[in-house]
Amino acid sequence: MTTLFYGVFKRDLALAFRQKAELAQPLLFLLIVITLFPIAVGPGPDILQRIGPGVIWVAAILASLLGMDRLFKEDFNDGSLEQMMLSGHPLYQLVLAKITAHWLVCFIPVLLLTPLFSILLNQTLTMAVALFLSLLLGTPLLSLMAAIAMGLTVGVPKGGLLPSLLMLPVLIPLLIFATSAVESAAMGLSYTPQLAVIGAMFLVALALAPLATVYALKVSQH
Amino acid sequence: MFMWLHQYAKTEAAYSLCNRLIPWFAAISMGCLVTGTVWGLLFAPSDYQQGDAFRIIYIHVPAAMLSMSTYIAMAVAALVGLVWQWRTAFMAMIAIAPVGAAVTFIALFTGAAWGKPMWGAWWVWDARLTSELILLFLYCGVIALYCAFDDKQQAGKAAGVMALVGVVNVPVIHFSVQWWNTLHQGATITRLDKPAIATQMLWPLLINIVGMAAFIFTISCVRLKNEIIRREQRRPWVQQLVHSNEAKNEL
Amino acid sequence: MSQLVASELSCIKQDRVLFDNLSVTLSAGQLVHLRGPNGAGKTSLLRILAGLSAADSGHISWQNQSLGSDYFTQLVYLGHKNGLNLTLNAIENLYYWCAQHGVKISSAQLYDRLAALELTGLETLPVKALSAGQQRKVALARLWLKPAMVWLLDEPFTALDIRTIGMLENALNNFVTQGGAVMLTSHHVMTSAVGKVQSLDLEYRW
Repeated sequence: MTTLFYGVFKRDLALAFRQKAELAQPLLFLLIVITLFPIAVGPGPDILQRIGPGVIWVAAILASLLGMDRLFKEDFNDGSLEQMMLSGHPLYQLVLAKITAHWLVCFIPVLLLTPLFSILLNQTLTMAVALFLSLLLGTPLLSLMAAIAMGLTVGVPKGGLLPSLLMLPVLIPLLIFATSAVESAAMGLSYTPQLAVIGAMFLVALALAPLATVYALKVSQH
Repeated sequence: MFMWLHQYAKTEAAYSLCNRLIPWFAAISMGCLVTGTVWGLLFAPSDYQQGDAFRIIYIHVPAAMLSMSTYIAMAVAALVGLVWQWRTAFMAMIAIAPVGAAVTFIALFTGAAWGKPMWGAWWVWDARLTSELILLFLYCGVIALYCAFDDKQQAGKAAGVMALVGVVNVPVIHFSVQWWNTLHQGATITRLDKPAIATQMLWPLLINIVGMAAFIFTISCVRLKNEIIRREQRRPWVQQLVHSNEAKNEL
Repeated sequence: MSQLVASELSCIKQDRVLFDNLSVTLSAGQLVHLRGPNGAGKTSLLRILAGLSAADSGHISWQNQSLGSDYFTQLVYLGHKNGLNLTLNAIENLYYWCAQHGVKISSAQLYDRLAALELTGLETLPVKALSAGQQRKVALARLWLKPAMVWLLDEPFTALDIRTIGMLENALNNFVTQGGAVMLTSHHVMTSAVGKVQSLDLEYRW
């Protein structure tokens, strides 16, 4: 891989591990959100098993919203982004490096914690496996969409909730297919079709989202 | 076609085009909406199953149909703006967006009002209602993004990207929601399958659809005019326009 | 002859025309001081010349070609913002910047550079622990790190102490005599150490 990708990717990882508290907070948040549900709807094992996949997915989406600022916002504010954009290498690399680093930092820990969440919400083994696979394929899509939303709002002084407002409606199909994959697994059916659809959405987004993000970043520098 | 369109990339030309088109479309929309609505509400026969409650379709169906097409019109404007760098196209996009959102809201509201007598609930997670709701969210996203920027030119470009991201997603959302809906509610949902509608009922509906489309177009043109004036207020031609209007008022 | 030629640029911000039909040429061995009141579009012009933002109309070329990676490998741009991450330290900031820009550099060279700028002992502190002037110095270190032909500097003298201002003026002079091209904005009056300065005035337009 070329210099820009490498320079940005390594930097973002170094930065993430420098701020370990920020790394751990979303996970803790996720865990607490998941704890709230059994308390709110009652600890009956059946109902937990039924709502579990949805709860975990919604929590994963929320966790991705928390880590979003790391994508471009800080770099925009301190001027690092404009220096990166002047490197002379295609900005596609910059965006891809950012997205990859974001996914690794934000979602690998979530994936590692999925077995724990599955136990807490009384998922069977097949359900837990389906859930893990759907998260594995689906969370990169979250990072890609977060990149577009952040790219578009990075120049807005008080962005606040705006990126979430832009991103969440677009994620509804993902949520539908991901939870239905787990549901199929619960009924002992094959869930490869749903995973295939998520994979297809991921590939389409992988092709198009970085382009949209590059354009959005250019607009933000106007 | 392209060359013809290209002359309207200038805000001034677009402004005068709006001025010329508005009376025609306003007349069409008034004529059609009055005829269609009066015919539909007073003279069309009532449904043998739903009684008079069905008459809400004369508002609901045009709104629901056009909410999607308005989104596509908005996305086309955004695409034109992004590809050919026309400022006017972004102005048109943002002129259309709130109109589309309002139409979507009308569709949702009338849908809910219709749902109460038909399904016994204000809201059911019917596939069409759900995707309509998501469409409203997409409209809101575009508008919110546009409003967030101080520099409206930047705002237009950013909102344009968002409109395009949305339009790529509209079919995906539509089909996934439909699939989700049949998966979850399958047999229990009382879906109103499109019945073979009687001609006396159909005519007012078609007239209203045309009227509503013309109405959306008219309102968008008026909003586009406002947007152009607001954005170009420092330009000489706008100042001239203001002066000539003031002179007219004094006479 | 390396030349940055901008022809018939116009820039509209917040629907206000900042400049219109502006043509600028920046050739090797030239130092152009961009002047004008606040809001005249100095920063906007520098950003357009740096290829960061697009002009609303007009064209920019570098050695008769439109701006591409040929240009960016020869450019150092310093904006209002320092482009330093506040959590990382000075060495890391510069190291990753060099990596992104494809400049091969050893950490010994980085330490030497910071020592020359009188930042010894501060290399491994997070940048947020440095003063505004020290942060600016770290940002300016880029001028010595990347071999370039064009420097575009937005208010480079802000927050610097007198010794560093002198150092920067000498550096500008050396760079220009060796065939570099500089365009800078500054409200600071430059001493004769800089050498020959041409000025370009922008007016505030309503």
